[in-house]
Parts: sequence; structure tokens; C-alpha cells
Amino acid sequence: MVILKELGTPIKIVWCPGCGNFGILSAFKSALVDLGLERKQVVMVSGIGCHGKIVDYVNINGFHGIHGRVLPLATGIKLANSELTVVGFAGDADCYDEGWDHFCHAARRNVDITLIVHNNMVLGLTTGQTTSTSQPGFKTKSTPFGSISPPLNPIANAIVSHATFVARGFAGDPKHLQNLIVQAIKHRGFSYIDVFQPCVTFNYLNTYEWFRKRIYKLEDEGHDYTDKWKALEKSLEWGDRIPVGIFYKEERPTYLDQLPHLKAPLTKISIGNVDITEIMENMA
Amino acid sequence: MKINELSVLIGGEAGAGIARSGFLFAKTCMRGGLHVFGTIYYQSLIRGGHNFYVARVNRERVYSQLDYTNLIIALNAETVMVHKNELDYGGGIIYDEDDIQLTRESLERNDLKLYPIPLKRIVREDLKERRLVMRNTVALGAAFALLQYDLRLLEGVLMDTFKANVAESNIKAAQIGYKYAEENFERNFGYRLEKLETSEKRIFLNGNEAIGLGAIKAGCKVYVAYPMTPSTGLLHFMAANERKYNMVVLQPEGEVAAINIAAGAAFAGVRAMTATSGGGFCLMSEGLGMAGMTETPLVINVAQRPGPSTGLPTHSAQGDLRFILHASQGEFPRIVIAPGDIEECFYETMRAFNLAEKYQLPVILLTDKYLLESQRSVEAFDITLIKIERGTLITERYEGEERYKRHKLTETGVSPRALPLTKGAIVRTSANEHDEYGFTTEDPEITTEMMDKRMRKLAFLTKEIEERNLAMIKFYGSKEAMATLISWGSTKGPIMEALKILSRENIVVNYLQVLYLQPFPKNKVEKVLDTAKKTIIIENNKTSQLSSLIREYTLRDVDHKILKYDGRPFNPGYLSRRIKEVM
Repeated sequence: MVILKELGTPIKIVWCPGCGNFGILSAFKSALVDLGLERKQVVMVSGIGCHGKIVDYVNINGFHGIHGRVLPLATGIKLANSELTVVGFAGDADCYDEGWDHFCHAARRNVDITLIVHNNMVLGLTTGQTTSTSQPGFKTKSTPFGSISPPLNPIANAIVSHATFVARGFAGDPKHLQNLIVQAIKHRGFSYIDVFQPCVTFNYLNTYEWFRKRIYKLEDEGHDYTDKWKALEKSLEWGDRIPVGIFYKEERPTYLDQLPHLKAPLTKISIGNVDITEIMENMA
Repeated sequence: MKINELSVLIGGEAGAGIARSGFLFAKTCMRGGLHVFGTIYYQSLIRGGHNFYVARVNRERVYSQLDYTNLIIALNAETVMVHKNELDYGGGIIYDEDDIQLTRESLERNDLKLYPIPLKRIVREDLKERRLVMRNTVALGAAFALLQYDLRLLEGVLMDTFKANVAESNIKAAQIGYKYAEENFERNFGYRLEKLETSEKRIFLNGNEAIGLGAIKAGCKVYVAYPMTPSTGLLHFMAANERKYNMVVLQPEGEVAAINIAAGAAFAGVRAMTATSGGGFCLMSEGLGMAGMTETPLVINVAQRPGPSTGLPTHSAQGDLRFILHASQGEFPRIVIAPGDIEECFYETMRAFNLAEKYQLPVILLTDKYLLESQRSVEAFDITLIKIERGTLITERYEGEERYKRHKLTETGVSPRALPLTKGAIVRTSANEHDEYGFTTEDPEITTEMMDKRMRKLAFLTKEIEERNLAMIKFYGSKEAMATLISWGSTKGPIMEALKILSRENIVVNYLQVLYLQPFPKNKVEKVLDTAKKTIIIENNKTSQLSSLIREYTLRDVDHKILKYDGRPFNPGYLSRRIKEVM
């Protein structure tokens, strides 16, 4: 079982001081310790953006992929070796813009992977442009007159796309986030946490302060996360009060559960002597 | 009377079961010890268009369709009108007299033989069937009577193809058609089929199925693809075999997802594959580069059809060679193999998986509609020919002295490949430039070293392939020849037939098939060019992409180009005439 000390890498962290990514990194590492996993059991996958560097900062298996494709990559890894714990890290642009199509399909497919979205409502690594979660009127170099379209609602989308674990966390509350990550990884099926992750350099609007003023915890108000309608209602809440915590959770057979022929991880099946005579006989 | 030399065309409306009828006809011929080639022509629609299947039967091996047909089985009037001019001298037409009234005079062909049969009436009145598609089988029965072939062979194929009750009604339909023809058709047809004894065990399949078989035999465990003609048949084949062969066969939300899921699976340690056509491959290009950068073994079947853009979606072309060779940004090693026939589809797919894992890079099988959707009787594959080779794979435990480096710099460029869950190893990689451990870097020295390392694999594998004498080219015919034909991919079939035609006319040409397009077999091609008196390149594209490649590697031009880019394959007669013209 891993201890926190072993999870560090020699790589220098190059996020801006105060970046919300630090909260996610520490919450994730602590969650791995809580879960009692071994380092070799876990694979991290990340996309492109400031968040993507997280793979280099945790001493476990990792695949730093291309922009928007965290979910397909994570899906492939899990399908090939179901004994692995696969956690995908994506940015809001990475998951909700470039990779948006994969999001609802991963949700309905319900492969047993976890997705953590670093949602700072801005493109950071490309020095500040709007994303699909930027607030209306949000001014950036690509939207000097303010963002025009209303933001996406990924939480509501996840719920209606049949995701089986839907939660939101806040990088400014790593302890709470750590607990969400533990539950998400333990959950069998597609589990998803949207994390408010303030960008201290490019998002002048959605600051730690902005979130702290608005955030409240669903569990504090007795939210029943098994009730899909209630979850959907909560997911639409935005403005003075913004909920974090688990919106929705259900038990549903995973994608692999529904492939009864697979008795072992695919990686463990010997390929040295596959017998194709029967197919050839049918072709004779 | 011609025995066992026949070309048949079965035509009808789209959705009328033409492909199935062609398959049944051809397989029945194979079961009688004959060699068969069959190919389907269809349009991008589901109902109402015109589809036709061409089957060529012979006592000797056949490699393609011919330019003409000897017998038309017309399941609608349009088939007669569209194809009557393709009938060779003395050809016959089996048709439904309720669809169309034919006379030799109205066809302006005194040599033709007409065989009317009330197909639809037989289905309704004799068979008491509501499914009009049964007329196809009535027509097949009639055709085999005309050809004096053993009906039991068709019955056997029907039994093996359909469920018991469907087979039974089809057998009845075939018998009625057979009997009708025996009693009513004039006995004046100049072609006959005769059973031959053979000890060779043959199978009948198309290119997609041969690639699928190769993939399954090679131990492919994850197949992910989005439907796109002409690669879709492979998805169907893999899906049908998913459970029996312990695979995951997944149709995701698109080609971008397909290649990334396949890459994830390969990174985790299984053999993974995807397939698409040019348009889908455009979407996969970024994923291809990622596989190259992260040294992830992947096999991709790129099934060409005519472009640009949507082009002719259900037809054939070879216009994507240059695209495939260069797709994706930056420079990274890849292997591109262009199988030219059904056998190569099987064996090269098996080899592709070995090469992908041994050298840790993407391998592309470059195919096309004509190759993938044409069927041929071939000798059952030799499953002992290609052994599984997984290269430097470490599955159980990494025992190196230093901390495991996924991208360790080595002399060959190939690093030991541990997998996630391998004891003693943490496995990381990055689509960003990375150091030996897989940590992202922007260091100029490491960048240079890593680029050199990846590209070194190409030199290493070229050397290995040459040492092991793997066929990167194939050469047919005698060394001494008046001209050398050069091609890649599916043009092989018509060329093999054209060689036969030319040799009957005492015109001696030989043929260089370029099987590997990357790494390009420069030395081998040069050697052939050295002795060639005249070179003629044959391609299904506009710009002769192979000749530009030959020029790039050998600094030599080919003498003549025969190019065709109308979406249809070469016919061997046309091809041999063009060859004679340029000679």
C-alpha cells in the first residue's frame, strides 16, 4: 500500500503559485493513500492544458495524451486490463470543448473509470481564452467584448447521459475533494467529478473568493443522491448558491459486466495459440 | 462447349439480396472443386439502386473479374438493359419474362441465348411464398441446371448458410428453378460447369474477413471501429466473433474515439486494432501521431475509396498512399503495408501485429474497397507460418537494476516494454516530448536524442526485415521480359490476369508488386529496375503516387503510367490492351 511520501516525483511543479491544481493534486494523492492502493495498480491519464502536467507529479503509471481524448484513452486502458484503477484528468476545455462528444458516451457506456475535470472556466495554458464553462460576458483575449453564449452545464449533461456517479468538488477544499475522489474511485462504473479550480492568472471573475461566497455542500442539506429528478434540479442551481458534493449515484452494470465471455482481464489471455479452424471451416 | 470457364453477372435492385445470391453461386462453384472470384458493385443507398455481383469461375486459379460475361442472371429488367453489351459472343440471359420481353432482334444480337423463367410467379404460386427474394434462389437453381452442375452442391451451401427452416424453403426454391430450366430451357448454351476432384482445402472469403481472421489469429483483443465503407465488413466480422474469441469489439462515438481507445488498450498491453476509410482516417491522424510519439503498438486498416472528401463512397481507389505515408504532424516511424490479395490480407495482418509490438509503432494496412469486398476461393491459411512475436514485452516483473524507463535509449531504438501492473515498474508516457522515463520535457538535447531514438527503429526494422528475408516486394514472371509492370495493393488481381492474357499472345512481361511502402524497399526495387527493359506503373489514382515514391527513393522515373480513377477496378482485358499500347 502506498504512502504519501512515495507518490512524489522529481519533477518541478510549474503551476502558478495559488493555482487550484495544487488542491486537486494533494486531494488525489491523499485519496490514493486512503484507498490503500498500490502504485502499480493505478494509471493516470491526462489531456492538454495546465491540468495535463499532473501526470508528471504523481509517481504512478501515467499517460499524458492529446487534447480532448482523456476519456477514450482511459476507456481503452480499462477495457484491456480491468485490474487497473484508471483515473482520467481533464481540463474544462479539454473535456467540455475539444472532447465533449466523448463525455456523454463515456457516461452511458459506464466503463469503470473515474474522470476528474479541472474546471477553471478559462483556457490557461494558451494564456487566457474563453471556454464553454466561462460565464456570459467573461472578457478574454479571444472574447474582448465578453463571452456571448451561455455556459454548458456538464453536471446536468452527465446526469441525463446516464452517468452513474456525478459529483462536484472545489479545489479550495481539498479535504472534501479527497473524500469525493475516494468515493468516485470506489464506485463501480463511470464516476465523474467536476472540480472548481480557480485560475489565479487568467480568471479574474471565478476566484477562490467568488466560489467560497456561493458554494454549499449538498450533504449538509440532506440531498438524496439516489433521486435523479432531485439531482437534476440541483444541477441547474447556479448563481448566489452553488452546490458541491455528490449529485447523483446509482449502481448499474458496467460495460465489462455486460460482456459475460470475459472471465479474466484481456491482458491475461494467452494469444500464442488462438484456434481459428472453426471459422475457416465455416468458410469452406 | 466450354467447360469450367465462366463469368456470371447477377444483377437486381439494391436491397434484393444480390450480394447474398452472388456469394451462394460462387461458393457452390468452389464446393465443386472450382476456383472462384466474386466482386460486388453497389451504390451508396439502401433500396432502389442497381447492384450487381460478378462471379468468375475456372478450373485454374483466378485473381479477378473479366471484361465480359457469359451469363446474366437478371433479377430485374434494368440488369438486362445495363449489362447486355457486356455479354460475350454466345452469352445467355436468365430473366423473368414478366419483367421484360426479350428477343434477339430487340437486343440486336443474334448470338445470344435467352432463358425466360417466371421467377415471381413461381415464388407466389408454386412456393406460396410472400418473400419475393426467394426468386433469387429459383434463378440460381435454373442457372445451375443450364450449366448442368450438380444441384446438391447448392443445396449444401444453402443448408450451411441459412437457419434450418429458411434453408429448407430455399432448397425447395432451387429445386423448382432447376426443374423448370431442365424442362423449359433450350439446350443450346455453350458453357458447362463440371465438378473437379481436389485435395486442396479451400475457403471462400473477402479481404475484410481475411484481415479479421489474421487479427484474431494474431491475438487481437480489442477491436474498436466506427462504421465506414469499405471497412465496415471488418467491424461486422470482429463483432460476430467477439464472444468466441474473448475480445472486446466496440463501436464508439467516432473515429477519434476509436483510435484513442485502441491506443489506450495497446498501452495497457493487449493487441489492439482499428479500421476506417480515408475520411475517418483524417480524424484519426492526431491519434496516429500520438501512437508514434508514445511508441504505442497499433494496427490500423485504412480502406481506401475514391476521394476527395466523400467521393464515391462505395467504390474503389488508391488515392491515399501519400496521405497515409505522411499523415499527422511531425516525424515518426510507421510501417505501411499494402496487401494485394486475400492471402496477403491474412498473413500481412498477422505480421502487422508482430511488427507493431516488436518495434512499438503504428502499422497501417493500406487496402481498398476492391480488395476488401471481393471474395475469392483460396487455400485454407497456413496457421503455422507466422509465429506471435511480442518483442521486448515484460509482463510479469521488471528486473532491471535502474528505475524502469519506458523510453530507455537503446542502440536499436526499441525500449523494454513493461505494462501497467508489471511488478517493479512504473510505466509512463507522454504525447509531449519526454525523457526516458516518460516525463514531459522541452530540453533540446533530450528532444534530439528522443527523435533519433524513435527514428532509429526504422533503420533497425528495415535491417531485420531484410535479414529475415521477409517479402517487402514480390516479383512474378521471368527475369527476361519485354517490360516490367509495377503496382501496389489490389491492382495485383487484374495484373495477374493480364499477365496470363499477354503470355497467351507471347508477350513476355514480368511484374513487381511493392508490398511494403514504408519502410520503402529501395534496394529491392532498384534491383528490379536495373534489369527492366521498360517499366509500366499501374495504379488506381490520378497522380501515380507510387511512381513519385519510386522517384523519391531511386531517382528514377518509370517509363509509362496506366492510371484509372473512375472508382472501378481495372479489367484484365482492358489492362492488357493498354499495356500493349504503351509497349
